[in-house]
Amino acid sequence: MSFLLDRNDDVLLVDVEGQLVVTNRQEFKQAILDAVEQGARTVVIDFTRSGYIDSSGLGALVSLSKRVRDAGGDLRLAGLNEDLRTLFELTRLDQLFPLYASRADALAAR
Amino acid sequence: MTSPSAQRPATDSPTPITRRWTLASDLTLIEPVVETIVALCMSAGFSARHCHLNVPVAMTEALANAMLRGNRSDRSRSVQVSVELDTQSLRVDVTDEGAGFDLSALQQSPDEADWFEREDGRGVFLMRQLMDRVESAGPDAESGHRIRLILHRT
Repeated sequence: MSFLLDRNDDVLLVDVEGQLVVTNRQEFKQAILDAVEQGARTVVIDFTRSGYIDSSGLGALVSLSKRVRDAGGDLRLAGLNEDLRTLFELTRLDQLFPLYASRADALAAR
Repeated sequence: MTSPSAQRPATDSPTPITRRWTLASDLTLIEPVVETIVALCMSAGFSARHCHLNVPVAMTEALANAMLRGNRSDRSRSVQVSVELDTQSLRVDVTDEGAGFDLSALQQSPDEADWFEREDGRGVFLMRQLMDRVESAGPDAESGHRIRLILHRT
């Protein structure tokens, strides 16, 4: 798994490639928290090129969501395929995160 | 990580395919094993949903739990993974060297007050949601704590 961060003013775009799981959740979380510390407030995580997410990855997203909200921003998820959407529905975490079909939709919701 | 012992190739054979691994408690060893189990399921004709969601997520949960909680991240403690697969079902046993826990008492649920706040504590819930059966056994004199995951092909 790798992820690419692209920050423009207070908007942070995160591309996730591969799995978001127990082995990389801390690195993923810390990178985004660092960007929030530096001023990012709208955080869009794009899962278009992602594989599966385990409970650790979901937990990292839940934790990030709270931290971003506490900083006065919001966390938006984009590009989830049908399987990933099912995962969020099963865990009811679709109630916590706004899910957008694409990163463009997520950004347009500003 | 030891090499998987392959008893039979992944074919449409009606007899079960079996694989076994002995892993050190090292999280980086999880993904290759999960990928192999997913590939076996694909060969056996399991659905795309099972192969892309149910199996990889549940297997990752079971192995990570065994390493982190069962073996407390002690690399000298091993995790045994045993897979039995045919065209009807997948059965995976994951055995660690920990003291075990009462699976039936662990009823994680989205109805819990801190579900939308806490970082951890969704793994067993996910395994139950994604597998047809999740059972635990041991530890006993001969073996450590084992969790068994069963998924039927649909």
